[in-house]
Amino acid sequence: MKFAVIVFPGSNCDHDAYHTVKHVLGADAEFVWHKETDLKGADVVILPGGFSYGDYLRTGAIARFSPIMAPVVAFAEAGGPVLGVCNGFQVLTEVGLLPGGLLRNRSVKFQCEQVHVRVEELDTPFTCAATAGQVLRIPIAHGEGNYFAPPEVLDALEANRQVVFRYCNAGGELVDTANPNGSARGIAGLCNARRNVVALMPHPERACESAVGSADGLVVLESAVAALGSDGMLRTG
Amino acid sequence: MAIDTETLERHGLSPAEYDKILDILGREPSMTELGIFSVMWSEHCSYKSSRIHLKTLPTTGSRVVQGPGENAGAVDVGDGLVAVFKIESHNHPSFIEPYQGAATGVGGIIRDIFTMGARPIALLNSLRFGPLEDVRTRGILEGVVAGIGGYGNSIGIPTVGGEVAFEEGYAGNPLVNVFCLGLAKAGSLVMGQASGAGNPVYYVGAKTGRDGIHGATMASAEFDERSSEKRPAVQVGDPFMEKLLLEACLELMQTDALVGIQDMGAAGLTCSTSEMGSRGGAGIDIDVSRVPQRESGMTPYEIMLSESQERMLMVVKQGREAEVERIFEKWDLHAVPIGEVTTDGLLRVRENGSIVAEIPNGPLADEAPLYDRPTEPPAYLAAASRLDPAALPELPATDAALRTLLGSPAVASKRWIYRQYDHMVRTNTISPAGMGAGVVRLKGTNRALAMSVDGNGRHSYLDPHLGAMLAVAEASRNVACAGALPIAATNCLNFGNPERPDIMWQFARAVAGIGEACRALDVPITGGNVSLYNETDGQAIYPTPVLGVVGVIEDASRVLGRVFPGAESTVLLLGGGGGALGGSEYLKQIGGQVAGSLAPLSLEAERALQLLLVELAGEGLTRSAHDCSDGGLAVALAECCFDSGGIGVELMLPDAPHDAPGDGRTDVSDASVLFGEAPSRVLVSVADDDFGVVRMRAEAAGVPIAAQGRTGGERIRVSLAGRPVLDIAVAEAETAWRQGLERYFEDRAA
Amino acid sequence: MKARVFVTLKPSVFDPQGQTIADALHSMGYDGVQDVRQGKYFELDLDAATPDAARVLAGEVADKLLANPVIESYRVEVD
Repeated sequence: MKFAVIVFPGSNCDHDAYHTVKHVLGADAEFVWHKETDLKGADVVILPGGFSYGDYLRTGAIARFSPIMAPVVAFAEAGGPVLGVCNGFQVLTEVGLLPGGLLRNRSVKFQCEQVHVRVEELDTPFTCAATAGQVLRIPIAHGEGNYFAPPEVLDALEANRQVVFRYCNAGGELVDTANPNGSARGIAGLCNARRNVVALMPHPERACESAVGSADGLVVLESAVAALGSDGMLRTG
Repeated sequence: MAIDTETLERHGLSPAEYDKILDILGREPSMTELGIFSVMWSEHCSYKSSRIHLKTLPTTGSRVVQGPGENAGAVDVGDGLVAVFKIESHNHPSFIEPYQGAATGVGGIIRDIFTMGARPIALLNSLRFGPLEDVRTRGILEGVVAGIGGYGNSIGIPTVGGEVAFEEGYAGNPLVNVFCLGLAKAGSLVMGQASGAGNPVYYVGAKTGRDGIHGATMASAEFDERSSEKRPAVQVGDPFMEKLLLEACLELMQTDALVGIQDMGAAGLTCSTSEMGSRGGAGIDIDVSRVPQRESGMTPYEIMLSESQERMLMVVKQGREAEVERIFEKWDLHAVPIGEVTTDGLLRVRENGSIVAEIPNGPLADEAPLYDRPTEPPAYLAAASRLDPAALPELPATDAALRTLLGSPAVASKRWIYRQYDHMVRTNTISPAGMGAGVVRLKGTNRALAMSVDGNGRHSYLDPHLGAMLAVAEASRNVACAGALPIAATNCLNFGNPERPDIMWQFARAVAGIGEACRALDVPITGGNVSLYNETDGQAIYPTPVLGVVGVIEDASRVLGRVFPGAESTVLLLGGGGGALGGSEYLKQIGGQVAGSLAPLSLEAERALQLLLVELAGEGLTRSAHDCSDGGLAVALAECCFDSGGIGVELMLPDAPHDAPGDGRTDVSDASVLFGEAPSRVLVSVADDDFGVVRMRAEAAGVPIAAQGRTGGERIRVSLAGRPVLDIAVAEAETAWRQGLERYFEDRAA
Repeated sequence: MKARVFVTLKPSVFDPQGQTIADALHSMGYDGVQDVRQGKYFELDLDAATPDAARVLAGEVADKLLANPVIESYRVEVD
């Protein structure tokens, strides 16, 4: 089973995603440069965090025109599991695979700290190994993670159970003081209608070893392994 | 064109220096040549006032792979790896434009590290500002912090530690010192030298604009009210460009096509061409019309002196050009040949083929003027070193004093700052920010590296020699507290105008102190930076030597932090018991004065303590360790309780140490014990079962156990010979500490 | 009275954002775009009696806050 880690100019969590997949999860990982035009037979695609194109213009706005994005979109539309983390989330909203957008944090500052998120939905390829309501302690590191979508879009996301992660306190309660950036309805991560494209602002790949503070994020990657199974067929829910 | 006195003055050159230029050239220089000499012979590039003193520093050791003189120093850290590191200042630019000044400071030090062939893995910074009551200072701090974060976060190198101090003397001249460490395979370091006649000289990175022209001379002149007129010199950083440069250069270094490479930092193309030529004993012939330019109509003078950021100069092997160009094209960068290496030792600059400057590289780079400037003890010293404890007004209750200290920005939690830095990217950070020394693991090995940057301007003001020694001792001690053996150091020397004998005296005394301490603690200096002329309107900053120390932890699973891991542990104060109040944070915050003699430092006792800490941590005998620093024992003890979930502590001191002065006043002697800043003291917590072994080890090492206590409860209590001298709830102390800095800044969110 | 303030980096100051956007446009085939300079745009609702007074007020706040005079310049338009 192989994970493709897409590398845009300015990606900087690409090495972290690669390290975690290969050396902690024990799966295959391969960097795919953004100028490539195919995914080299990958079973899972990760759009990593970072500052693609320096975050210039808008976060993710230039990266979404990279040559590799056409095969990524095709892969997603064919039902392939795609995980966007932080800048990867921003790229996925810019390219239209996920609704809404990410605004400046309400503190108007970059924030790097451990937060808690609650797993809201289990029938996605990146949460199927978690338990209902499981609370994960994983870090954020972003200046623009304040999720925004018009009310009717938010309502639709809720109705379709597309909100996959929400910010919560250590006890799993959804309180505004646990929302680090002002995201609408405490949304930390969501999925597309088909449920195969999942993205979140916090960094699960940074929280996969207790030596670096938390191993709670590993369940996100383990889910992908469980979802694909030994035959590489995607099954969730 | 005639070179008149006014032209020389504008270039910061003295008549004697001009005579030397005439000697070297054997003729009058052109304006381009004069510009080249002026930046190369500026204080910033030539170290003309400091070199004579820096020569006395210890720079060698069994682990030193590269000492001073290259882009950065390097030490062997085991497992076939070398750590490449350096600290550098960006003080003047950060005052003129805080965000860009700090950001380009970060960019500059990162380039110094990766040009050596090392991947940067950690950043730290040491910052000094005026008091936060001043709205302008708050603006400078916000800009500097945002600039450091903006650059480091974007390029993806974690900022894992640092220090921040506030003193009146920095209001008009903040200090921004940035430390970077990178990792390379042993034997793979790349040097900044040009060799091999006929090898092409390449330019890569951002285009050259008029930004930063005379940046190097600006950093070598005092501020005055006309400083704002120098504003066009501001450089804008582009972390995205630098990220591409970083990845492309490291990819290029995997091949053997590269001969040498250097960042175009201070003095830009001038410095990189002449230094690379001089180091390789070669000449360099370039044509400025081939240099990629961002603005039209630039003169050779401007192109040679521009300090546009994110540019590199490379010498590559003849015949390998296509391979080199292909690697940079992959990263959307364009490597452009601008000249070649020659055998005549000359820096020859052409414009469209015609020669506009021709200067021998050796004399330009290495025969810069060297001054042994006069020194004289400052007039303030005699009065400042006097402190009469009996004359102090009645002191507040110890719990109130502790609250005040914890709530002062210098001591308070720096979360508001480090939360703006990505301190976790690269998934190596073991000790989270705010937990003491910055610690990163080395993937693929069992080891970790600990780093700390420390200085204390107030201490150095009262006693530059001892203050500098204390800075070395504290940085090493912080590293040892994490469980790491300190192995090497880098220094950033921030001082005033060296042409003033009292400032030069501070500098000379401080360098002597650093040398002495580094020898005794076995941390050779592998590089660093000198920043002089830190004055505004004739008012110099406190003399501020900042030390960065690197240490190795053999077993990354044994890394220690400052926080008590749980209740029911034994707490020990290792080292001496006591503390004078001279120069302390307490005396400044509570007593309103910066005065007195500093507590003495025994380098022998310090070394024994540090080795003991490393030994205990390595065997898993200690569970936490935290040194007594600003605010003394009481603040250190409180900090061990913070972030622990409210675990309290009770510490029993057998008796007041005899060096705690009070002249019969109990309030003064209690304050000395609790808040005095004697060095070489560390609070450790150990499991009860291990206490016997730890006591034996301490005894064998000759390190006294000055006090003993236990964790537990919800209060911080200290007693002295059975008499309670401090009693405060952890929650109350922690609230003061958490709000101390944040209260100055309004966030729109929690 | 409404005022519009346009803030851009001074001509001699390097604009990495603008440069990166221009490069991206070129790689997308928009060779007709020669250069890009990025800036900020502000709409101010002002209590001012005359357009001249509004211009003065807008200029003042641009000087003091909206623009960083070290690296940026600005232009004011008043309805």
